[in-house]
Amino acid sequence: MASSFSRILSSRRHLGVLSLVGGSVTAGFLLHRDHVTAGTPVRRMYPASAEYPDLRQHNNCMASHLTPAIYAKLCDKATPNGYTLDQAIQTGVDNPGHPFIKTVGMVAGDEESYEVFADLLDPVIKERHNGYDPSTMKHPTDLDASKVQSGQFDERYVLSSRVRTGRSIRGLSLPPACTRAERREVERVVVDALSGLKDDLTGRYFSLTQMTDKEQQCLIDDHFLFDKPVSPLLTCAGMARDWPDARGIWHNNEKTFLIWVNEEDHTRVISMEKGGNMKRVFERFCRGLKEVERLIQERGWEFMWNERLGYVLTCPSNLGTGLRAGVHVKLPLLSKDPRLNKILDNLRLQKRGTGGVDTAAVGGVFDISNLDRLGHSEVQLVQTVVDGVNYLIECEKRLERGQDIKVPPPPKQFK
Amino acid sequence: MPFGNTHNEMKLKFTSEQEYPDLSKHNNHMAKVLTPAMYEGLRSKQTPSGFTLDDVIQTGIDNPGHPFIMTVGCVAGDEETYEVFKELLDPVIEDRHGGYKPSDKHKTDLNPDNLKGGDDLDPNYVLSSRVRTGRSVRGFCLPPHCSRGERRAVEKLSIEALASLSGDLNGKYYALKNMTDAEQQQLIDDHFLFDKPVSPLLLASGMGRDWPDARGIWHNDNKTFLVWVNEEDHLRVISMQKGGNMKEVFNRFCTGLTKIETLFKERGHAFMWNEHLGYVLTCPSNLGTGLRAGVHVKLPNMSKHAKFEDVLKRLRLQKRGTGGVDTAAVGGVFDISNADRLGFSEVELVQMMVDGIKLLIEMEKKLEKGQSIDDLIPAQK
Repeated sequence: MASSFSRILSSRRHLGVLSLVGGSVTAGFLLHRDHVTAGTPVRRMYPASAEYPDLRQHNNCMASHLTPAIYAKLCDKATPNGYTLDQAIQTGVDNPGHPFIKTVGMVAGDEESYEVFADLLDPVIKERHNGYDPSTMKHPTDLDASKVQSGQFDERYVLSSRVRTGRSIRGLSLPPACTRAERREVERVVVDALSGLKDDLTGRYFSLTQMTDKEQQCLIDDHFLFDKPVSPLLTCAGMARDWPDARGIWHNNEKTFLIWVNEEDHTRVISMEKGGNMKRVFERFCRGLKEVERLIQERGWEFMWNERLGYVLTCPSNLGTGLRAGVHVKLPLLSKDPRLNKILDNLRLQKRGTGGVDTAAVGGVFDISNLDRLGHSEVQLVQTVVDGVNYLIECEKRLERGQDIKVPPPPKQFK
Repeated sequence: MPFGNTHNEMKLKFTSEQEYPDLSKHNNHMAKVLTPAMYEGLRSKQTPSGFTLDDVIQTGIDNPGHPFIMTVGCVAGDEETYEVFKELLDPVIEDRHGGYKPSDKHKTDLNPDNLKGGDDLDPNYVLSSRVRTGRSVRGFCLPPHCSRGERRAVEKLSIEALASLSGDLNGKYYALKNMTDAEQQQLIDDHFLFDKPVSPLLLASGMGRDWPDARGIWHNDNKTFLVWVNEEDHLRVISMQKGGNMKEVFNRFCTGLTKIETLFKERGHAFMWNEHLGYVLTCPSNLGTGLRAGVHVKLPNMSKHAKFEDVLKRLRLQKRGTGGVDTAAVGGVFDISNADRLGFSEVELVQMMVDGIKLLIEMEKKLEKGQSIDDLIPAQK
């Protein structure tokens, strides 16, 4: 289809021909920071010192690393799409954070943000991702599900298993910055590709603007429907603009593979099922992702990916794999043990309530998932979850038998 | 977003049709007026500070509105917005302000001596009296668009000007970010403190950015004259007191405003004003006088009367709950104020309100005695 989009993006689209499954080395090279040309310089009336935000009450990664010197250096720059530093940090300025929970405090408006604002984003990434240094390290991508071992959990404890990630369509701005036309193009590209999925992945798209009440209720009952973001972390970054235009949900007929379109990222891809067969969940995840990637490449598009940052997403916290693999698991005895948090830390796992991030655990049932996203491959992270959850179940069983449990040793950090 | 506008240039590579917002479920003035042709004609424009059409209308896209309440659905980012985007804003203004035409001239009258009466509203019914307006400092972008540097500059100017007020206008500035807990509690108890906006109408237009940087409250020692800095407008100026002496409230309002304007001019800054739109403010609904003059008044019987809404309409008044806009009336006490802002002078609006309240109280008294009010129903003003 000869749309105006194909003309605009032809200079970037040739990369699609060269890309391989799992990302393109060539694309990674061509997007190396030296090759990114900035947009028109930002017009300013006041010196940087008059514009520097007041971050004295703030506790987020952006505030920890945005010095007046870095602000002065970057505040006049814009990405080729016109995204500026002030826009990238607005969410962190508006949301000072919590003494206990350190949020990231900034977002990317497009792929080039990670290059143009590297002086700020690199240290933020390093802090958030446990020492991973994007200027020197490479991120491994591995979507070969066959490598995962012992991926079937004891279903007396594990109620459900889920793996999610995000993917961005190269050449289109991200949710904080995208125009309505770009957002609609993301929807068109993704929905078009998804219609090519077959067999157990055959499914259907439900646009948020056109959903019937009945469809909406069904999606709510299935726990599939996402709402307009209310979190100020997201709304201050501009992600809720034009809601619900070009937002929607796709899922397969079996309701085990689900894609959110234009929520916090271009796409969020979720594989899930009741019970403890994490291996099958991950296998479907990898197969589905690769199939979607193949389908968009057929149409001349590709995912944002490079070898420093892996898959590029809106929030720096989701770089690399963007992967959160987790279970809902019953650990009533362990939940009361004061060592639980230390055990989780050392297993590189995090706990959430069963409503997702920022919710409480109900009835001793936790959402347990990997902490890390960047610097470890998908296979490595899922294995970490498999091994870790098995360890937690062992602990629970020991406590049931009146036996004591051990805190596992901490893992190695990035140098 | 402030200043950089590569983004609008980039957007122009997509067709107008690809970018046109979906307004099929919308009920606000912007959605009623905007057409695809208008969007196409205006999308390549920007004000000198870089405010674009999408910036103007974003709040109206994100807030489809309510079947009963017609919101404006667009804002200005600077003074020039009203000129550059007049093709959209003139019809919005005409719709919102009772047929006010692009060729009409607005009269400003801040001479309190021109108000007749108003010092004698029955205190058995009128609990408090208040007049508010807004002012914008020429040369600075407005709250949806201003940068932190600009907002701070507006605050600095305001603090300097207000510090020069004396006599019964002698007062003190409280910056939101430096307030002590004790000061904060006092301001809350006095009903002076404004919060970070939570209304999506305001947040979607960018007015909540960088909160609470460069926001603050100034009030005089007597607590009868109050200025909000950098909330929804550069300045909101409020004169208020308990009881029904609206004349005194309006006197202080006019005196204080005039003094503040002089102090700003001495420092080389004028307020945004022109003879077509009067005082220029962020929301098109506040153009002209930006004035809302009202009372908290007990009307338990009148408010239950079938003709209450109709009478208010004829008197060109509007009712709100005692928590302000979008709140409910409690105990039969209403906030009644002028409905108009543009096309009438300040004196005219306060006069209409004063006369209207007098009539409503008369009606209330009749209803208390079980008498009919049919012969008191006024003609449409």
